[in-house]
Amino acid sequence: MNMNTQDLKRDPRAATASATPLVPPVDIFEDSEGIVLRADMPGVAKENLSIDVDGETLTVAGTVTLGEASGLQPVYSEIRVADYRRSFVLGRDLDAGRIEATLRDGVLTLRVPKTEQARPRRIEVKAG
Amino acid sequence: MYPSLTRFPGELFADFDGLQRQVEQLLGLRGAPSSIRAGTRGAFPALNVGTTEAAIEIYAFAPGLDPAKIAVDVDNGVLTLSGERPAEVPAADAKLSVYAQERFAGTFKRVLSLPEDADSAGVAATYRDGVLRISIPRRAPARPKRIAVQ
Repeated sequence: MNMNTQDLKRDPRAATASATPLVPPVDIFEDSEGIVLRADMPGVAKENLSIDVDGETLTVAGTVTLGEASGLQPVYSEIRVADYRRSFVLGRDLDAGRIEATLRDGVLTLRVPKTEQARPRRIEVKAG
Repeated sequence: MYPSLTRFPGELFADFDGLQRQVEQLLGLRGAPSSIRAGTRGAFPALNVGTTEAAIEIYAFAPGLDPAKIAVDVDNGVLTLSGERPAEVPAADAKLSVYAQERFAGTFKRVLSLPEDADSAGVAATYRDGVLRISIPRRAPARPKRIAVQ
């Protein structure tokens, strides 16, 4: 495989600084009320978090602020990107207008309720 | 196409492994010197370490933990960070479907060796927005001293 020597010399931190945001790991489950989504976004404060719904696409994004001490020299970094972003396509049975979001200790919890029509129900059979 | 459905062509998984290796090499993730205690990629919690003139700062990306249950121990210049993160996904049953379970759950332990000038007596830890910040002061460097000749 041919490798560009310039690429190899580049500082890995510089190479990813403006590049792809981190994809936060998520848990997603569904019950009769709707869908619950939890995402790990450590270091993101409430004011640096955005949740957008565009059509049927839900996008969560956030920026890490660590409040680093001045003059901090990085020694070792496992998290090299300061942004998180991930998108999900909602179905038409979900009510994007009534999403509830809470952010606590770096964990974002979203509750996406089902539309009234999509909730499970039992149809009464009328005699007659 | 394949002689049998249960037998993959032998090179398939080897190819994936080779691809992953090449990507890591291009990103500079492989071959760069790392701590002997660093463990595998993706270990929980992820750690960033930096130094200032006054202190060594460790940031552990550990969201959703009870700060009272995170154990930070320093012994002989080795810092150990341990605890447990309970699973938050209920068990799937007839009324509940689980679509993704990517977040870490279970016990964790990460170990870091501290530089020689770390003063383990003054370790301070704070937890904010799911990031544990451990600050370890550095001892003042030995000042140059002139010995008067008598």
